[in-house]
Amino acid sequence: MHVLLDIDTLAKRFPVGGKRLLHAVDDVSFTIGRGETVGLVGESGCGKSTLVRLINRLLDPTSGGIRLNGTDLAGLSARHFAGNANRARIQMVFQDAGDSLNPRFTAADAIADPVRRLKKLSGAKLQRRVEALADMTGLPRELLSRFPHQLSGGQKARVGIARAIAVEPELLILDEPTAALDVSVQVVILKLLEQLKQELGMSYLFVSHDLNVVRLLCDRVLVMYLGKIVEQGPAGEIFADPKHPYTRALISAIPQADPEKRIGRLRLGGEPRSPIDPDPKVCRFYGRCPKGEPQCASEMPLLRSVGPARQVACHFA
Amino acid sequence: MNLLRHARYVLSENPVTGLAFGLFALLLVAALFGPILAPYNPLQSDAAMALKPPSAAHWFGTDQLGRDIFSRVLVATRLDLSIAFASVILAFLLGALSGVAAGYFGGWTDRVVGRLADTIMAFPLFVLAMGIVAALGNKVINIVIATAIINFPLYARVARAEANVRRDAGFIEAARLSGNGEARVVLGHVLPNIMPIMMVQMSLTMGYAILNAAGLSFIGLGVRPPDAEWGIMVAEGANFIQSGEWWIALFPGAALMLAVFCFNLLGDGLRDIIDPRKRT
Amino acid sequence: MTAVPALAVEDLSVEFRTRSGTVKVLERVGFQVDKGETIALVGESGSGKSVTAFAVMGILDPAGRVTSGRAMFGGSDLLALSEAELAEQRGRELSMIFQNPRTALNPIRKVGQQIADVLVRHAGATRPDAPKAAIEMLKKVRIPDPERRAEAYPFELSGGMCQRIMIAIALACRPALLIADEPTTGLDVTTQAVIMDLIGELAREAGMATIFITHDLALAAEYCDRIVVMHAGHIVEAAPGRALFAGPRHPYSAKLLAATPGETATLDALASIPGSLPDLRRRDLPACRYSGRCERRIDDCVRPLPHREVGERHMVACWNPL
Repeated sequence: MHVLLDIDTLAKRFPVGGKRLLHAVDDVSFTIGRGETVGLVGESGCGKSTLVRLINRLLDPTSGGIRLNGTDLAGLSARHFAGNANRARIQMVFQDAGDSLNPRFTAADAIADPVRRLKKLSGAKLQRRVEALADMTGLPRELLSRFPHQLSGGQKARVGIARAIAVEPELLILDEPTAALDVSVQVVILKLLEQLKQELGMSYLFVSHDLNVVRLLCDRVLVMYLGKIVEQGPAGEIFADPKHPYTRALISAIPQADPEKRIGRLRLGGEPRSPIDPDPKVCRFYGRCPKGEPQCASEMPLLRSVGPARQVACHFA
Repeated sequence: MNLLRHARYVLSENPVTGLAFGLFALLLVAALFGPILAPYNPLQSDAAMALKPPSAAHWFGTDQLGRDIFSRVLVATRLDLSIAFASVILAFLLGALSGVAAGYFGGWTDRVVGRLADTIMAFPLFVLAMGIVAALGNKVINIVIATAIINFPLYARVARAEANVRRDAGFIEAARLSGNGEARVVLGHVLPNIMPIMMVQMSLTMGYAILNAAGLSFIGLGVRPPDAEWGIMVAEGANFIQSGEWWIALFPGAALMLAVFCFNLLGDGLRDIIDPRKRT
Repeated sequence: MTAVPALAVEDLSVEFRTRSGTVKVLERVGFQVDKGETIALVGESGSGKSVTAFAVMGILDPAGRVTSGRAMFGGSDLLALSEAELAEQRGRELSMIFQNPRTALNPIRKVGQQIADVLVRHAGATRPDAPKAAIEMLKKVRIPDPERRAEAYPFELSGGMCQRIMIAIALACRPALLIADEPTTGLDVTTQAVIMDLIGELAREAGMATIFITHDLALAAEYCDRIVVMHAGHIVEAAPGRALFAGPRHPYSAKLLAATPGETATLDALASIPGSLPDLRRRDLPACRYSGRCERRIDDCVRPLPHREVGERHMVACWNPL
């Protein structure tokens, strides 16, 4: 598969007073292929948001490479990226559509903004483009003159999507796009996203807490814990047979109505270790992991292959 | 057109706002057409008619130089409103823009703006205004500058707080993703969101600006006689209250009061009209 | 089941006065919870599930009014009690935990003190003894290092920890009924599992009745004995979780299940619910508020809703059930 996004040992460390560093993203490597939907899961504080902001260039990495179809993006500064020719190639759909829409902009203004800035359209051409995008996302044209507070959750989600696809990005990052929506509206939006992906030939990075949605939408899944990727592989395999203890805990925690379908429950107690100046020789999951051998505290497990396209970072997987 | 309909709705919901707008319209008419509408020449003295109480010929009476007070009050509207508008706009440009930059960028911008505001606030504001006018010269333009400067901390502080809150909002990130450079984000995305509260701020300070100008003129700084200005007229009229000629100070004073009252009420109404969240 | 239920809601109707009309948010809602039982009120936004809880607790928005019904609890009708009498019950016999635990706690008061406050107010603890009892509660909700955590402020704790504090506050006086309004929305799935287990365990230990309000059907099925499905202010079906999933009888319940991601194998198999909620301000609302978009509508559907027993503790309010 043609590689679209290549992330190579990407790291972001924030100084937190004195010489201490918070390792938000710690030497993460993965790829996203053309037309693929890759899911990114992990609990709060695992570094998902930071990773997303590194990829969409709102934040500068401490080290590591970000290549989009061969173009190096890591070397460009985040502050000036807005004016860069590559800005339109990566876009994002935000979690809280209400929060991500400017309360003073109408839906039309919101959708038009990136087109105006990045595609340099104006006047009637711009208007036509905005209308076409509204049609594409199923937003009735008469709603274009409304403000966010006059729109329902589903309508706001559509505006957010229309805005994100307006400049025909190659990679679309979706940060919990349906978290705030009712289940019925969620179905419609998810199907819309799938349809748009096919129509416009985009790749998706789908960040979500809702593992059921990830299972339905994603080809591959990355599991993150405390700044590191601990497991990655095809979605079906990860859900059917999670190998890393954290992934197992995650999958087994998904509420399941049918007791027969529940895989062995693995309950996680305690809190994650501190991401500040973590010991590079100790596995990040050590202490919370039901296993805990001396090797876990003396040698950091690295991602290794356990099957075609399947990798786990654990000594015992 | 949507705006007009919403404006009508706000006015119908809130009769007090309607009253404020009516008063404002009256003031505007007086400011624009005062000299034409005035029955007498406001600068024309007539010693024979000095100190006459209100009558059919002179609605507000005459002052110590025989000038018709009604005409003077009417014509003074233009000067007072101009001073107030100019001060408020200058204060907004200086204060709100600095404040938004300070709130959005933080760091050194925030520190510099903060220290500037602190320095201004260290002085009793009216005394500072006096000092500025005295230093720059006894001209109307300097009243405007002085008023703008003493209002700077207030505007900067409000703008900074509002910008700070919005800095981490999703739509700001979205604006960056849409190709907006930092300047454009601040001016095109953050600033429009703080306009409603800024409008209230501006309207309230209109009232203070008028009072400030009147106060400065009262003590002889800024507007010089024989120009018609409410503050100066109150100052001149104050001398005659004891001897019983109450109308010389009262009518300009009432005009002042009405104008300040109007602007205070206007602020709330304007905010309701401009803020799209109030629209249903 | 001849024992007196912990809570029996009958015929509850609630209206909201708004600028654009009166909204009939709840209409003739009735259900009961037995001692030691856990039920879930499940529905989409606008279904009235939270309003039901607020009405029972007496904390409805001032614009809301209970227009009919009773909520029998401990021998008296909660809806008929005065504010002072209700205040006596709340916190002691009847407790509630909310979504978004960090905002539900007082941000400027240490968490240990917040638990102690409830004990002093309702359990007759004295000021000097209350802090020790508070630490005991922290141990009960399995907060590690409770002596130190009691001195923390809410902003210093994670979402999961704050929710445990809320549970500690709610259960400090061993209430007979706990209402949990979306207690795990916003929490990670691993934390959610732990919190739900904890509530379940404490409830069983104390013989406490629990009402969970949630939009997550699978969560309801896994952790609750029975599920009550609500739509537009009506109860449309009530059944044990497994029965509901294996065979929903109300068309809306079936559609809700078909829209739930966990229950299908592919995205294509997911189906959205056609139509939309009726405008609850209308005066001419049909007897069945789902009939407007139901493909199984028959002529009978204009008649007042029936309550049919279709299985063991399985009720459906439909003239043409599946």
